[in-house]
Amino acid sequence: MSANKSIFDAVKNLQEIEEKFEMVQILNEEGEIVSPDLDPQLSDEKLVELMRRMVFTRILDQRSISLNRQGRLGFYAPTAGQEASQIASHYALEKADWILPGYRDVPQIVWHGVPLSQAFLWSRGHFAGGQSPEGVNVLSPQIIIGAQYVQTAGVALGLQKRGKEAVAVTYTGDGGSSQGDFYEGINFASAFKSPAVFIIQNNQFAISTPRHLQTGAKTLAQKGIAAGIPSIQVDGMDPLAVYMATKEARDRAVRGEGPSLIETVCYRYGPHTMAGDDPTRYRTSETDEEWGKKDPIIRFRKYLEAKGLWDQSKEEAVIEDAKEQIKAAIKEADSVPKQKVTDLISIMHDENSMPANLKEQYEIYAEKESK
Amino acid sequence: MAQMTMIQAITDALRCELKDDENVLVFGEDVGVNGGVFRATEGLQKEFGEGRVFDTPLAESGIGGLAIGLALEGFRPVPEIQFFGFVYEVMDSISGQLARLRYRSGGNLSAPVTIRSPFGGGVHTPEMHSDSLEGLIAQQPGIKVVVPSTPYDAKGLLIASIRDNDPVVFLEHLKLYRSFREEVPEESYTIELGKADVKREGTDLSIITYGAMVHESLKAAEELEKEGHSVEVIDLRTIQPLDIETIVASVEKTNRAIVVQEAQKQAGVAAQVIAEINERAILSLEAPVLRVAAPDTIYPFPQAESVWLPNYKDVLATAKKVLEF
Repeated sequence: MSANKSIFDAVKNLQEIEEKFEMVQILNEEGEIVSPDLDPQLSDEKLVELMRRMVFTRILDQRSISLNRQGRLGFYAPTAGQEASQIASHYALEKADWILPGYRDVPQIVWHGVPLSQAFLWSRGHFAGGQSPEGVNVLSPQIIIGAQYVQTAGVALGLQKRGKEAVAVTYTGDGGSSQGDFYEGINFASAFKSPAVFIIQNNQFAISTPRHLQTGAKTLAQKGIAAGIPSIQVDGMDPLAVYMATKEARDRAVRGEGPSLIETVCYRYGPHTMAGDDPTRYRTSETDEEWGKKDPIIRFRKYLEAKGLWDQSKEEAVIEDAKEQIKAAIKEADSVPKQKVTDLISIMHDENSMPANLKEQYEIYAEKESK
Repeated sequence: MAQMTMIQAITDALRCELKDDENVLVFGEDVGVNGGVFRATEGLQKEFGEGRVFDTPLAESGIGGLAIGLALEGFRPVPEIQFFGFVYEVMDSISGQLARLRYRSGGNLSAPVTIRSPFGGGVHTPEMHSDSLEGLIAQQPGIKVVVPSTPYDAKGLLIASIRDNDPVVFLEHLKLYRSFREEVPEESYTIELGKADVKREGTDLSIITYGAMVHESLKAAEELEKEGHSVEVIDLRTIQPLDIETIVASVEKTNRAIVVQEAQKQAGVAAQVIAEINERAILSLEAPVLRVAAPDTIYPFPQAESVWLPNYKDVLATAKKVLEF
């Protein structure tokens, strides 16, 4: 027997599986529908609203970077380039759905009902930034990469047990798909057949580490196979493809058919975060340019303009509105009282069962603060 | 009243809470049809159904995440970690997430989760089953840590833990599961968390302890009594937060104290207890507060448990040192 001849064709098994995960696209870079059978057929009104949110979010990113540089915001993870992935996926959700965002997923929770001023307070590091309004089903952005995945399995099981027609949706990045909690999360949801939608936003880099150094797997979507859940890779720069994939996953979950995994292939134009990351160390301008042509806003604009649904004046109005709202929200954040140690002690435990050590420390700090 | 072992008292507490509050969910590895590897959840799935008492995949981190997610939907999860040595797999879910949920949401969300887990030596378990890791969790703000030593305490403390609106880690000592029986009321009752219990009153020396060491300390106290020393034994019951009031009152009365734990000297909570006494009652002390603890090695190979684990003889020797200082 020749040494390089396989007895069991495991290589063929892998290749056959990987071929099935071809990237799904509905709208190409020119703003043309390339998969008419997959077109979600959104109403004109809905298409315009989706564009409005994407443009608003691009401005939010630009203003956030600038406010961060002025020292008027703290931690900030840029979102430009990921509007289709973030906003179009959120657009497929309902108010009753839960969102468990990662640290880059502030836009989704803002569109789900978190006031902009709170998003800014979260960035600055103020506890009021985490006080989401009652009925807005979101957690604060998760810093521990992967933790949101196992928690999502739990929220989804909770929704299932309550018999609610809702899903739990969570996001991580390409790097996050290497975490144990990533796998445990999708596997738990699969074992319980819970209504969860897991989204991997593959923006090509985990800080400076390129996607191919995370795994030898050809796609990240195929990781769903290990959990036995339906999974799909979509063009994450294509709002219609992201919307459609999320909508279908949501529908399937609400029908009681369990969780799904969606990989959105996208790109962040900015640095990893505003805390000193310099993407020129690990990215070439050619790559930036190549992805610049795939911009979700450019292609969606072309698509809507061809339909007569969008023009420059509409876009300018959105930009103006965004700037106004951002200005007002920063002002509102500025007016929130500074944090005191007694505030921090008060939010540790239920007020009726504050432990003795904290009761004692509360008194000490209350005295200090009264001076 | 009924004569119960500690494990029966724990099952009884879970049954009471499953009955009283439909939001209580019990889950973990093999806690369902199997009734738990130590029978702590015996019969509960049959009585309350698979929707309330259920098995999970074998992944501790996932179990922690599941508990947090279920809490967000208004449930009162009581997950089990099969052995506390496996807590490292779920440290983020417990200390990084559960403990912080209320705080990071500015007080808007809560995590009424009680994590049950067995630990403790003396029964020749394999590696990573018996390690005393309570010190790790006791250092995490946002979590209460409870370690009962009797069937009566176990039931009342577990019911109180489940009803607490914030996370509690409830550690059950393997050696105490079936080592003795005690009268335990059949109805629900609670024991306030954060309250120690004076298991034996005395005037010459305070022994402050928890878990299996409570019984070693009581045995030592009896021996000392024969030699004319009146010893007070305080069972902390909750090791985070500590019941400072009871500890200090005892030390002010006896003027001498030792702290006894099964964990290694560099672990556990004995150092914390001593620091509190030094800060609050140093003028009452006739002698330094000494510790009985295990050597600072990895938990022993099963055959070496008897020479490694602290026992009543170690308590006796240290007590005498302090009495004769």
